[in-house]
Amino acid sequence: MLELENISKRYGDLTVLEPTTLSIAKGQTVVLIGPSGCGKSTLLRMIIGLITPDSGHVKLDGTLLTSETVNTLRHSMGYVLQDGGLFPHLSAYDNVAIMARHLERWNNNEIHARIEQLAALTKLPIELLSRFPGQISGGQRQRVAIMRGLMLDPPVLLLDEPMGALDPLVRYDLQEDLKEIFRNLQKTVVLVTHDMGEAAFFANDVLLMAHGKIAQRGAIEDFLDSPASDFVSRFIRAQRFPKLN
Amino acid sequence: MRICFFNQILNRVVLTWLVLSCGWWIQAQDPVRIGSKSFTESVVLGEMLCTLARHEHLPVHHRSELGGTQFLWQALLKNEIDAYVEYSGTLSEEIFAGQGVFGLESIREELADSGIRMSQPLGFNNSYALGMKRARAAELNLTKMSQLHAFPELRYGFGDEFIERRDGWQGLKAKYRIPIEETRSLDHALAYRGIQAGSLDVIDIYSTDAEVVSYDLTVLEDDLAYFPTYEAVVLYRVDLANRYPKFVERVESLAGVIDNHSMAELNQQARINRKPESIVAATFLHDRFDTTIEIPSIQQQIAARRWQKFFVNAREHCFLVFVSLSLAILVSVPLGIVAYKFPHWGGWILGVVGIIQTIPSMALLVLVIPILGLGAAPAILALFLYSLLPIVRGTHTGLSSLSPSIHESALALGLPSAARLRLIELPLASQAILSGIKTSAVINVGTATIGALIGAGGFGQPIITGIRLSDFWLILQGAIPAAVFALLVQALFSWAEMHLVPAGLRIQPSSE
Repeated sequence: MLELENISKRYGDLTVLEPTTLSIAKGQTVVLIGPSGCGKSTLLRMIIGLITPDSGHVKLDGTLLTSETVNTLRHSMGYVLQDGGLFPHLSAYDNVAIMARHLERWNNNEIHARIEQLAALTKLPIELLSRFPGQISGGQRQRVAIMRGLMLDPPVLLLDEPMGALDPLVRYDLQEDLKEIFRNLQKTVVLVTHDMGEAAFFANDVLLMAHGKIAQRGAIEDFLDSPASDFVSRFIRAQRFPKLN
Repeated sequence: MRICFFNQILNRVVLTWLVLSCGWWIQAQDPVRIGSKSFTESVVLGEMLCTLARHEHLPVHHRSELGGTQFLWQALLKNEIDAYVEYSGTLSEEIFAGQGVFGLESIREELADSGIRMSQPLGFNNSYALGMKRARAAELNLTKMSQLHAFPELRYGFGDEFIERRDGWQGLKAKYRIPIEETRSLDHALAYRGIQAGSLDVIDIYSTDAEVVSYDLTVLEDDLAYFPTYEAVVLYRVDLANRYPKFVERVESLAGVIDNHSMAELNQQARINRKPESIVAATFLHDRFDTTIEIPSIQQQIAARRWQKFFVNAREHCFLVFVSLSLAILVSVPLGIVAYKFPHWGGWILGVVGIIQTIPSMALLVLVIPILGLGAAPAILALFLYSLLPIVRGTHTGLSSLSPSIHESALALGLPSAARLRLIELPLASQAILSGIKTSAVINVGTATIGALIGAGGFGQPIITGIRLSDFWLILQGAIPAAVFALLVQALFSWAEMHLVPAGLRIQPSSE
């Protein structure tokens, strides 16, 4: 269970996040959506302790996130950024293995077994992993980043616009594969996106954020049928869905 | 039984230690350390003191061609050298500048306060002077400057400095009422050529210049005592007189032995005829002072030069660069890391290291000599300080310019700070750090030539000697190896970059 209680953040006069309370049940997928600067990435960064809230606190399964517990809690959370955040000086394999090897002290066989498993899960040919991040495609890089996020089998997976920079075909395949992974692994997933279609595809539990606040929480259908505010209807309208049939 | 055995071992250890340390003590106590400045006259006079010491069967160490008056003076005070030859004018105008210490007696008193003694003047006075061709002076019956006003037809040629200086031509003209408006300002070498060709009659010279002999000049007597006197004297530490009274007695008896013309001749033999200074000095002492003094053979002297010297210089130079650069790397990389991790300190660290870089090397060396004396140590300290900035800056820049997403994902993995630094930040900054080190190394190789100024040797040594003797080839013997060394270092670090910078950073990112 991931709990955020009354967390807020401001930079000088600029309020990035109004006091927000939110809880996400174990094994659930939640999507944060909203326009740029609405506070959705700030919220995600607070969950993993990259930004310290001005007020309130974050708890994972009852453990309070503090400067003492942050590194331990981070081991229970996989984090995937828009550009993957892979380390360019390490091979894809070493990127995935870094925590297991240097912090958890797994032996090579254990590491290799786990990586084979993850490669199958993310549908990456294992021989590709010997390459450096600069030598593989953007879609492959994101798959490697997801492998790295899953390596220690954390109960929580946080994804910050993981498909934002991919072209539509690559994105389509990755969305399909990711959804399957989420379903199979039963992780608690928080996914940030600005794409309504992607939000609808991944979850029934969508949080639409605006001006540092949660504007509405629910399924996409609720947003269409009963928008909580004028902003929600405008945001929905702004997404153009082609009518295919 | 066991105690007995231990005692035996202990005795042996103590005995060995005593013998070794006594040996060290005798060695460290022994040599007479003579200093000299980086012009030929000073080196010849230094060799004279060495010759006298050798004649007394004392081990001698000649720290020759040191960078300047302050270096020698500080070294003498610091007990790094025992004696050197100085000029009365330099003592009044430079060492005791602004203290109103004029005249040999007041100088002697002032020196005594610092535990330094001064010998009687050696005999010559190396001051500014006016010179004429001997024949021309004889023809006009000219011997003194006060006679010049009677000859308005004389043609004068002076160096720029002499014309500009307040105590130069303007004052001289007034003092001796010389009725001349026009003088030619020209380079010294040209002035000598002019006087040789007969297009000039009077030029400015130093009274003991080698050229006085080689151009056969008459030095006009400064009979109204216009120029300050620069009488040569030996400065030595009081404790030298206690350690080697006989040697000091010999030094004192040099009083009045070397007149102006003799000194000019000695300069001419060393600088123009390129005779080794040790032979020039010993020959003079043998002929004019003490016939029992031995003259070293010239073969011995020549053989000791060239390749042997080259290897010694190379070894000294490498030593200076290697030690100072290694220390600089050990200190600068952590400093760069601190500057990056604690931005509050970062400004200070970069500021201080930057200021150090702006200190002129001569000033830095003068400041360092009282602490570390002469030789390799102060040179290494100076080089170390000059090597800091590029490495600290390279490290700091390399770490600060990591992309935010790399930084964020390293944090998000939950790696502790030290592991982040070791596994991610430092490898990613390695290129910038290495190029900082490369810059430092190349600058260091060039700067290490200053080591010769304070007796640390290196490729600066032939450069200094070459400048002193106006020997172009000798200058090249220092300058070319130093340049080649710098190129080698550059190549070495480029090669290191290829191998030390992680492979993933050297590939071009693929486009999709």
